[in-house]
Amino acid sequence: MLRYTLKRLLSLILSLLVASLVIFAAIEVVPGDPAQYMLGINAQEDTLNALREQLGLNQSVVSRYFSWVAGMVQGDFGVSYTYRTPVRDMVAERLWISLPLALYALALAILVAFPAGILAARKRGSFLDSTVMGVTQLGVAIPNFWFAMLMVLLFAVSLRWFSAGGFPGWDNGFWLAMKALTLPAIALSLQQASILTRVMRSSLLDTLSEDFVRTARAKGLSTGQALWRHALRNAMIPVLTIIGMQFSFLIAGGIVIENVFFLPGLGRLIFQSISQRDLIVVESVVMILVFAVIMVNFAVDLAYAFVDPRLRRRT
Amino acid sequence: MPTAKLSRAMLFGAFLSLLFISAALLSFVWTPYSVETLDIANKLQKPSAAHWFGTDHFGRDIFSMIMVGARTSIAVALVAVGIGMLLGVPLGLAAAAKRGGLLDEMIMRGNDLVFAFPPLVIAIMITATFGPSATNAIIAIGVFNIPVFARMTRGAAISLWTRDYVLSARVSGKGAARISLEHILPNVANLLIVQGSIQFSVGIIAEAALSYVGLGAQPPIPSWGRMLAESQTMISFAPHLTVFPGMAILLTVLGLNLVGDGLRDYLDPKLRRSKT
Repeated sequence: MLRYTLKRLLSLILSLLVASLVIFAAIEVVPGDPAQYMLGINAQEDTLNALREQLGLNQSVVSRYFSWVAGMVQGDFGVSYTYRTPVRDMVAERLWISLPLALYALALAILVAFPAGILAARKRGSFLDSTVMGVTQLGVAIPNFWFAMLMVLLFAVSLRWFSAGGFPGWDNGFWLAMKALTLPAIALSLQQASILTRVMRSSLLDTLSEDFVRTARAKGLSTGQALWRHALRNAMIPVLTIIGMQFSFLIAGGIVIENVFFLPGLGRLIFQSISQRDLIVVESVVMILVFAVIMVNFAVDLAYAFVDPRLRRRT
Repeated sequence: MPTAKLSRAMLFGAFLSLLFISAALLSFVWTPYSVETLDIANKLQKPSAAHWFGTDHFGRDIFSMIMVGARTSIAVALVAVGIGMLLGVPLGLAAAAKRGGLLDEMIMRGNDLVFAFPPLVIAIMITATFGPSATNAIIAIGVFNIPVFARMTRGAAISLWTRDYVLSARVSGKGAARISLEHILPNVANLLIVQGSIQFSVGIIAEAALSYVGLGAQPPIPSWGRMLAESQTMISFAPHLTVFPGMAILLTVLGLNLVGDGLRDYLDPKLRRSKT
């Protein structure tokens, strides 16, 4: 397991390094001068030069890349061109909305998908199974931001149970904040819950037809007992992989959903920064998103090897 | 799942898909109203015999806009699938031909890296550099499709390399590239068609999401995602602006998914059991 973990760790570091290179290269080729943008078209050349010096824009591309990466490793993401505040503080503030939103959505998806998938597999071919499969087929096809808008129409505009958007902040009470995240989390989780239900169902059906489950049944276990004691753990491998992949989609998908509900999370920050050409913020937020995806995949790889010891030997 | 029932689902899916493809094609020669002409006197009309899906805040006919918007969605998703196939399939074939080697390892790690960039993030990076456009949406979704096709092709091709007919081709002196083209590719074509239809529907949703946040097609090109974005502030008094473009996305994606599922079952009965 140690060798496997070390190998994965090396691959993780390499992925992060290459990703940082790609992001830096992609965003640094951008036309336009942030100093010019910040000071306006009438700015004097010496003022512009002073600002470029201050922002480190006069350095070579290579040294800018290294100082960006070195800064990030120490938690320093630079200073926003527009707001002149540390990017770290801006990101930290927004992360307290985006991360709980993604986790909330993931929790909802799991809470719905596990029982639905298990039930559908147990009652294969029944009306319940067909209903679950039909609903999940729809769930996969509905664009989550449209579903979010329909929920706003029903629960905020018509029934007035929730507000149509905005975030009161965690300081004003945990439950109030959670309530503001509820509709966005449901919208975000719909597609993922549907996919997870289908994966759970099919993975369980596959496992239930395996010899070891048949043996367990032959030894006198009921279908339910065989499912809970033997099939479920083995069916978890593909489910775990999908959960890992879904977390990346939830983080990225959150950017769109934040837009529907006017949530001041990372998504809003990134769009604001693009329109203000605050590239240091764009660069940093993209790096954080990609970092999160790579880290989650790393964690899934480890969890995968933990559940299935054969994988440790294979790699 | 009974085959007859499944075929009905696939036929329904094919009907929906063809409906929207036909609407997109028809829009090149005919739409009920021009989508470029503003008719402020008739703005925000509810659905009626004159305007089946109502009109927007500029008085434009929503039905006509959905027809023209179908072009954007279908074109973006189709080209993105093309990019994914054109680059992903050769990479997958090469990785399988050199399985276990350095090239295979490099291609697969490269795939992992691209997978770490969801389409939205790629679109954000491109937009930060070049500004938003439908082309950027195509590139973003297309780049994301490359590892999808590469992985799938590699997975299928690796098992084919152990087959007898491939071994005899090797014995007869054919090189890896020729074997990949003549023997492996035709045998993974079915899988590619199925994956293509799935990625096509993923592309439709991704294009709509990118246009919704302003990173996709720009005015005056009509797009379903942007129609939804524009409707957002009017949702309380003109819900039809939100309902119809969303239904168009839902039905197109549902249709393509049903076709994809049906094709998968039809082309590979082994997969029927593990259908997700």
